[in-house]
Amino acid sequence: MIFDIDKETMPREELEKLQLKRLKQLCEKVYANVPFYTKKFKELGIEPKDIKSLSDLSKLPFTEKQDLRNHYPFGLFAVSRENIVRIHSSSGTTGKATVVGYTKRDIKNWADMMARSFAIAGATPADSIHNAYGYGLFTGGLGVHYGAEALGATIIPMSGGATRRQIMVIKDFGATVLCCTPSYALYLYETGKEMGIDFRELPLKTGIFGAEPWTESMRREIEDKLNIKALDIYGLSEIMGPGVAMECAEAQDGLHIMEDHFLPEIINPETGDPVEPGEVGELVITTLTKEGIPLIRYRTRDLTKLNYTPCRCGRTLARMQRVTGRSDDMLIIRGVNVFPSQIESILVETEGLSPHYLLEIHRDGNLDILTVKVEVAGNTFSDEIKNLQTLERKIQRNIKEFLGVTARIKLVEPKSIERSAGKAKRIIDLRNENQ
Amino acid sequence: MKCDQLSIFLENRAGRLAEVTRLLSEAKVNIRALSLADTSDFGILRLIVSDFETAQKVLKDAGFTVGKTTVVAVVVDDQPGGLHTLLDMLRDASINVEYMYAFVQQSGNNAVIIFRFDRTEQAIELLSGKNIKMIPSEELCKL
Repeated sequence: MIFDIDKETMPREELEKLQLKRLKQLCEKVYANVPFYTKKFKELGIEPKDIKSLSDLSKLPFTEKQDLRNHYPFGLFAVSRENIVRIHSSSGTTGKATVVGYTKRDIKNWADMMARSFAIAGATPADSIHNAYGYGLFTGGLGVHYGAEALGATIIPMSGGATRRQIMVIKDFGATVLCCTPSYALYLYETGKEMGIDFRELPLKTGIFGAEPWTESMRREIEDKLNIKALDIYGLSEIMGPGVAMECAEAQDGLHIMEDHFLPEIINPETGDPVEPGEVGELVITTLTKEGIPLIRYRTRDLTKLNYTPCRCGRTLARMQRVTGRSDDMLIIRGVNVFPSQIESILVETEGLSPHYLLEIHRDGNLDILTVKVEVAGNTFSDEIKNLQTLERKIQRNIKEFLGVTARIKLVEPKSIERSAGKAKRIIDLRNENQ
Repeated sequence: MKCDQLSIFLENRAGRLAEVTRLLSEAKVNIRALSLADTSDFGILRLIVSDFETAQKVLKDAGFTVGKTTVVAVVVDDQPGGLHTLLDMLRDASINVEYMYAFVQQSGNNAVIIFRFDRTEQAIELLSGKNIKMIPSEELCKL
């Protein structure tokens, strides 16, 4: 089912025409209503009328997360407060929180895009959607909630935490769609197993997972353990929340971006220049229809690439590849760029390990030391020291081979790495604390 | 003649070993023999216990990684050369010992050595053929 067949299957020329029209309106609006943008435009010597084609996008200024922080809390809003009907805020995991406001129309658009996302995942009004994303300032909970209602499905507004209760509810209410982070899905599975509940026997058929980077191998693991189709959803509060892009059940090959509302670009995070088509770089999004807090060329820090080839699901919306890391998550270890997701892929593909890991970096003299802690998997446990040491060496060799850094590998007991209902904590960087 | 041994993965942290013994003590499981292999980061505790199933269950339920390994308990004369004679036979048959640990029976004359062989079946065949006494699982638990 395609929720908005006109917009989601629009021929590209027509879509680009719509994007250009909306881009021009956006520039007029922010130039007139947001002093931050008026100033930026003037500094660059441009005016809204200079935007004549989509390729003029690169003339426009970037917006960074820091700009939102500098205007905390409401300084970038483009409408008066009486038109704002809801506030959300980022978790502030990487600094001061960023605050966003939505008008009535923003909320409606968001619900529609989330409803589209559910349909992209193969859900219909007949589905029961278990929502384990947290309700509150975080956009995950309410975003999914209103989208499910807009689709006409049954929403089970569970929110995060209380894992054992979650499992009882999933089982007793017969959820068919699960929304949470991918690491939490595995945690639910493990806890279910302890409770004697086999997810494979539940009616659950689809998982919509987001809010943290994951890998293809983790997808396979979730699909195998829970016997569901695991799909990737993308969103960020600064742009809207969940539903900015959604992977289709048909192809499972990239996430369709809601291009009638969001104009995506991929840039080189170092230089800010656009990359060659199809190359990996940082995703930059311009919000075409947002009223509360429209953003021009927002730097998401998420690394991905775009695919404009037609999709077998019938949608013409461009697809972004699963986010492979964040340009600010990037660790520089002894001068080598390392993304946690790369290490994760190696770990998940190694037999005898669980996908739960923690990267610890500290400095010994002038040398960065990366320690990878990873849990051994109970079912393939060998009781011979040499086998476990071989396993450690194998991980070390693979990391060295693929990433070019030498890591210390430390096998730890199952469940000794903290599980989280929200974003999994994968990195502890102690380098600054030692100095 | 095979015996079940519990193998437990332990991080090298204070209190982990005590946690195992606490759980076994609460479950009224007796430890017959044990060995601990260690590296700087982790260790493997190997146990022969009075009740394998109960021990495995309580440890698994508590979140430990527990494995079952097949070992062979061999009776050796508690006198000079007792072990050597045995190892000689194994060497001649090219059977490798992955690890071993010993305990002395309370009755006194014999030692019991727990062996983990690379080829368990062949080892049992060889030792049976040479009339070496091995202790079956049930008997070992009752010792």
